[in-house]
Amino acid sequence: MSQLDFSTTLGNAWFPTPIFTASGCASSGKELAQFFDLRDMGAIVTKSIMTKPRAGRATPRMAETPSGMLNSIGLQGPGIDAFLANDLTWLVEQKARIIVSIAGETAEEFASLARRLRGVAGISALEVNISCPNVENRGMVFACHLESAQTVIEGVRRTIGGDLPIIAKLSPDVTDIVSIARGVIDAGADGLALINTVLGMVINPNTMRPHLGGRTGGLSGPAIRPIAVRAIYQVHEALPKVPILGMGGVSSGADAFELILAGASGVSVGTASFGNPTAIMKIQNELRQILTDKGFSSLREAVGFAHRPESSVR
Amino acid sequence: MAGINRSAAQLLATIVGNKKVGQYHQILISVGDLVSQCKPGNFVAISVGGPSSKMVLRRAFAISRTTTSPQFGGAIELIVAPHGSGSTWLCGLAEGEQIDITLPLGTAFGIPTTNVNALLVGGGYGSAPLFGLAEVLKERGCRVDMLLGASTGAKIYAPLEGKRSVNSLRIFTEDGSMGETGRITSPIAQLVSELQIDVVYSCGPMAMLKAISDILGSTDVVHQCAVEEAMACGIGICMTCVLPVKDETGKINNLRSCIDGPVMDGAAIEWDLVGKTLVL
Repeated sequence: MSQLDFSTTLGNAWFPTPIFTASGCASSGKELAQFFDLRDMGAIVTKSIMTKPRAGRATPRMAETPSGMLNSIGLQGPGIDAFLANDLTWLVEQKARIIVSIAGETAEEFASLARRLRGVAGISALEVNISCPNVENRGMVFACHLESAQTVIEGVRRTIGGDLPIIAKLSPDVTDIVSIARGVIDAGADGLALINTVLGMVINPNTMRPHLGGRTGGLSGPAIRPIAVRAIYQVHEALPKVPILGMGGVSSGADAFELILAGASGVSVGTASFGNPTAIMKIQNELRQILTDKGFSSLREAVGFAHRPESSVR
Repeated sequence: MAGINRSAAQLLATIVGNKKVGQYHQILISVGDLVSQCKPGNFVAISVGGPSSKMVLRRAFAISRTTTSPQFGGAIELIVAPHGSGSTWLCGLAEGEQIDITLPLGTAFGIPTTNVNALLVGGGYGSAPLFGLAEVLKERGCRVDMLLGASTGAKIYAPLEGKRSVNSLRIFTEDGSMGETGRITSPIAQLVSELQIDVVYSCGPMAMLKAISDILGSTDVVHQCAVEEAMACGIGICMTCVLPVKDETGKINNLRSCIDGPVMDGAAIEWDLVGKTLVL
């Protein structure tokens, strides 16, 4: 039997496998490198980086929920200068493929981060995180408003030029994700990352107050997988040519396969790595086996396969 | 390799002992040669609930002791209180069952190169890793005194064999049901001066660690404390377990207690800022 072509593309960026880390779930790679070779996965998607160092939200920052967890980190990070000097340099030395995720408080901050990254060698794509729910001002969740989402993406596109693929990370906490998706593609994004965490809250029965320091948090893990599958399916149906990096509760090869069938060209693994440091390798191996067993000769054939007409058989 | 948790590995390990001791379970897990990498202070992260579990996060436990026997090779010991659903599941496992574990994780207690006077302070089952530490300190020729405390006697963990490696052991309970009545922190200031203590090693609830730091604040006694913060991953990627820690320049940063801890310098932790929003 012929060899499976496991490679994928996001815009003009090529990756040998379709499994990635999810931004905010792998720091900048050093921690997971103890458990597997970062070159063995599609790419590392870094923690969303901002202009200045940021301490993040108060603790408690975490609450486990049935088949999931809430996090309330608030984009803690070293800032772009230290990121470029330390984290990115290290990742490039490792010969890992890299998708840098950026986050800003204003459209201008996104554009200025893009300016810092323009021309930096070793980056495959840019993820523009316009949907982090753990910010004080809900107005900062640009992906909840069509116009602000477009303004950010336009600014980044203008700054970065035409070469580096831009992936806009969207929130499922909207009435119509397809219209936001279409809007950011029109504004210059090459692909979409679907989905960010879902806004949630846990109240502690002992203190009888919200458990998290930031009160609300982002729900992740298998609990949100059906939301991810639905969002990817809807967007792929409307925009079949737009590459989607899918994520949301993937913890097995079968889960990743589900997102691919819905329309994802790549799959990011987040919370599963918290529960299992080698989850990415496990998921990747299982997915490769499933695609082979189902008779696909390439990953590309399986992308969006759930959308095929009723009359087609397999 | 980046040097974070540089001797850590993930493996399927077999439970070779599970014994109820008072309110706790003493669980022995066979880990082979990895045992030589496990130092007092290090912890292990365990996947709980089995393959179809709704519990998605690992549970972190301090390694209380290591041992090697011809029967099962190298093994680590954990002292587990069946409090939540994860620890209760773990305490219910029988000998011979396998669990997915990652170890050794985090920083270890610093061991002095000379024979100093050490005071070990353990709150509740926080005392567990202190007995392994006491053995190491004793081998270095240190004088080792120990204080254990809890709300009530049933929550004191003090194995008989552990008492051999300490020069003195005093127990405090708030209800007076075991040892002396009162808080564990009350005799510390006096002991530190009487016994000319150089280092205090502590492990237990955060309020206890803060109280010890306050007591030692005016002295030059080193305070190595093993902190306790809620962790989602235990390996440094989730950023949930942070604590405000001052660096040499006086700058305060949120450090991860899983990789920059659990053993931290008590004097560097900004205890009053724990649970507050830090502005850089």
